[in-house]
Amino acid sequence: MGKNQPARNQTAMIPPTILALLAVLGCQLAGEALSHAIRLPVPGPVFGMAFMLVGLIWSPRLRDTVRPLVDTILGNLLLLFVPAGVGAMLQLGTLGRDAGPLVLAVVVSTLAAISIGALTFALVARLTGERPDTEAEVQR
Amino acid sequence: MTEVWSYLARDPLLWLSMTVAAYAFGLVIFNRLGRQPLFNPSLIAMGVLALILLATGTTFETYFEGAQFVHFLLGPATVCLALPLYDNLSRVRRAALPILAALIAGSLTAIATALGIASAFGVSPTILAALAPKSATAAVALGIAEQSGGSPTLAALMVFMTGLCGAAFATPVLNLLRIRDWRARGFATGVAAHGFGTARAFNVNPTAGAFAGLGMGLNAMMTAILAPLILRMFL
Repeated sequence: MGKNQPARNQTAMIPPTILALLAVLGCQLAGEALSHAIRLPVPGPVFGMAFMLVGLIWSPRLRDTVRPLVDTILGNLLLLFVPAGVGAMLQLGTLGRDAGPLVLAVVVSTLAAISIGALTFALVARLTGERPDTEAEVQR
Repeated sequence: MTEVWSYLARDPLLWLSMTVAAYAFGLVIFNRLGRQPLFNPSLIAMGVLALILLATGTTFETYFEGAQFVHFLLGPATVCLALPLYDNLSRVRRAALPILAALIAGSLTAIATALGIASAFGVSPTILAALAPKSATAAVALGIAEQSGGSPTLAALMVFMTGLCGAAFATPVLNLLRIRDWRARGFATGVAAHGFGTARAFNVNPTAGAFAGLGMGLNAMMTAILAPLILRMFL
């Protein structure tokens, strides 16, 4: 190894897991910075997702580096909601007499939004001559 | 024994371990019950943990000192959604028009129907402000609710109930409507039920998961624009 190795070879000495972690956290950090700088109610991680997407389009190496970490995190996404959910469950009692109307509003509006959203998607896709994407069987 | 407990009960490690253990327990039950979306592993884990906290007289603050390490990963997980989005980029580009139409329709429906029903029952304006952004991902919804005078903790509860409802009922509702396009199914679920819906979509189909993640991200921005406008009509 010569004294003046290019930077590319230096990063090759960092384990891929660490590089992946650095890439994900770095995008989130940049996203948080932007979110605070422009004072829009869009959270940092959503901007971070956009930064990461740009990086992935730009660098094939980044794709290979982050894939194992991403698969691990997204494969266990439901675990991450548990702490906030516990807090929400403990709060359920505080709703008082608004509980009924609020539960009804949430359930009806969520089912309506899923239905209207999916029907709109399917309708506009058909109108614009798009073929639906149904390659896998509907599973539970 | 009580001495060991009183020491451990204040240690973040205990509640971090309990969170992971409760989720593992939830997965076992979920698989035993034939993977019904209604009994999803995180719902089971939340119920078990809430009962344990109540039974041991542990405050949520103490619990969260340990659980925050899991909770923190929600941010990096959102960044990670860029990879499935990248993998489906050509599909997303081709479906730009259906995506835009479904985003507007889904976001409007979620906000307007929720406010319509709640205000018909005479729910007060400050609670309506916490309800309006419920389909956006938690971080955004809290900010939007606070800006329009709603309580952020109540907003978090509404967001959470929405996510559970979407994750539990998306599959049966979409089957009933005979929608077989994975992009439509996933995208609508992500728009209506944020991260919970996205996690559910990933469990069903990778294309649905990628489109759900996109729907969640786009609706975070759409709700920030629409919720304050629609709320004004109900005040």
